[in-house]
Amino acid sequence: MKRRRKSRMFWLSATGCMALFAGLNGVTAVAGMSISDAPDEVTIDSIAEFYQPVAFNHAMHTDITSGDCTVCHHHTTGSPPKEKPCINCHNGGKEADTVSCRECHLAKPFEAAAVQEQQKDVDRYYHIDKPGLKVAYHLNCLGCHQATGGPVGCQDCHIRTEAGDKLFHAKKR
Amino acid sequence: MERRSFLKGALSAGLAASVVKTEKSEAATFDGYPDGMGVLVDLTRCVGCRSCEAACNKEQGLPEPEKPFDDMSVFDAHGHGEEHAEGHGGGGKRRTDEKAYTVVNKYDVPGIDHPIFRKMQCNHCNEPACLTSCFVNAYTKTPEGAVIYNPDVCVGCRTCMVACPFYVPTFKYSSAFKPRIMKCIFCYDTRLKFGRPPACVEACPMGALTFGKRKELLDIGRQRIRENPGSYVNYIYGEHEAGGTAWMYLSPAPFEKVGFDTHLPKEPILNYVKEFLGAVPMVLTIWPALFAGFHLLATRKDGHGHDETSEEENS
Ligand code: SF4
Ligand code: SF4
Repeated sequence: MKRRRKSRMFWLSATGCMALFAGLNGVTAVAGMSISDAPDEVTIDSIAEFYQPVAFNHAMHTDITSGDCTVCHHHTTGSPPKEKPCINCHNGGKEADTVSCRECHLAKPFEAAAVQEQQKDVDRYYHIDKPGLKVAYHLNCLGCHQATGGPVGCQDCHIRTEAGDKLFHAKKR
Repeated sequence: MERRSFLKGALSAGLAASVVKTEKSEAATFDGYPDGMGVLVDLTRCVGCRSCEAACNKEQGLPEPEKPFDDMSVFDAHGHGEEHAEGHGGGGKRRTDEKAYTVVNKYDVPGIDHPIFRKMQCNHCNEPACLTSCFVNAYTKTPEGAVIYNPDVCVGCRTCMVACPFYVPTFKYSSAFKPRIMKCIFCYDTRLKFGRPPACVEACPMGALTFGKRKELLDIGRQRIRENPGSYVNYIYGEHEAGGTAWMYLSPAPFEKVGFDTHLPKEPILNYVKEFLGAVPMVLTIWPALFAGFHLLATRKDGHGHDETSEEENS
């Protein structure tokens, strides 16, 4: 399993699909779907123009879910999914080739090329509404943060860059 | 040319509708260009961060806002005398204008323990009333789905302002002689034309805005309603309103509670204008004369008390 994933990663980088990797750094080493294999920290920098990169503390969040990967990773980690729509097809809990968010959730989901690629998706009948990377994060994070008293304000997690301040016509907080 | 065939299609569909009464209004109107794009706005996801407003301001080169886009006090400020315009996007809410092609408003809905936010902008109607009402053909519905305008031919008569069921077009009066239509153009020039999503959609962190083919957005909307029982009102606003719009909405609350006009007809607003449109070339030729006539009337009124001779002098 481990080896297969490695060779796949090699192939991907060898073909120069670097755009795919713009969103997250350091998750590609995940293998075997064991918590111990997961990265402790993930850098999120897909909108680095307006916000400084966020150092996502993956280790802390796996503590919060008591090691239950499916809270965030749907059906891809090998355990039965929690979300109802996933259960229809993925209840067997077969682990996926990769579990990093950006492998499925595209950084630029609405560009013509991405839209065309999605049309080809054999699972499109079910996966017609797959959010982009930024949206996937926020939909995943914000619900829990609201429920558990985590940070919810934009700038609680994201420090704006100078370009970001200019975009909002605002001063640094 | 495309515009013409669009109108022709719309006209014949309208005629067919008047002859054969079909059960579904959908079948009776022009469905828009088959590959027209749209945006599905999901009010259950919007958190009122105003990133879309900021992105629009930058993309369209609009002037500095009164308050920065991270200032949330705008949600509580009252609009200019709109308090009673309930159901027309009013209710003391902000409106789009020549300085802001899109605004987000906040609604407190009884029975829902958090505020609901709603983004508004031009809905890019399938059969735009602004377009059909315009005597000089200033508006175009592009095959990509955008409703754009040509400022060069606009005479500033403001008919489109009155015709639009969503009160969208506004004017910039930098010059009294050259008023300019100002409204959301779906980022046509800079993005949509090249197959790219509008700036607001790209900026939205919550997926409250989903860009796609209009007909696929309808599928997505139905799927969200089906898979999240209790989260949505079972209705997609804009699927049929005013003959259908490219921008459509999902809501957790009854649409009239969050600033939507729920009494709009399902047919295009200005069906009848299309027949009149056959006379456009003639209108074009007599329009300057008409306009001059209005002008004359106005000056006559100003010149109250003048006798016949002085009027002749004026003209
Ligand atoms: S919403 Fe108003 S301005 Fe926009 S296309 Fe429809 S009629 Fe025209
Ligand atoms: S960017 Fe998205 S979430 Fe933020 S106010 Fe606009 S529509 Fe709502």
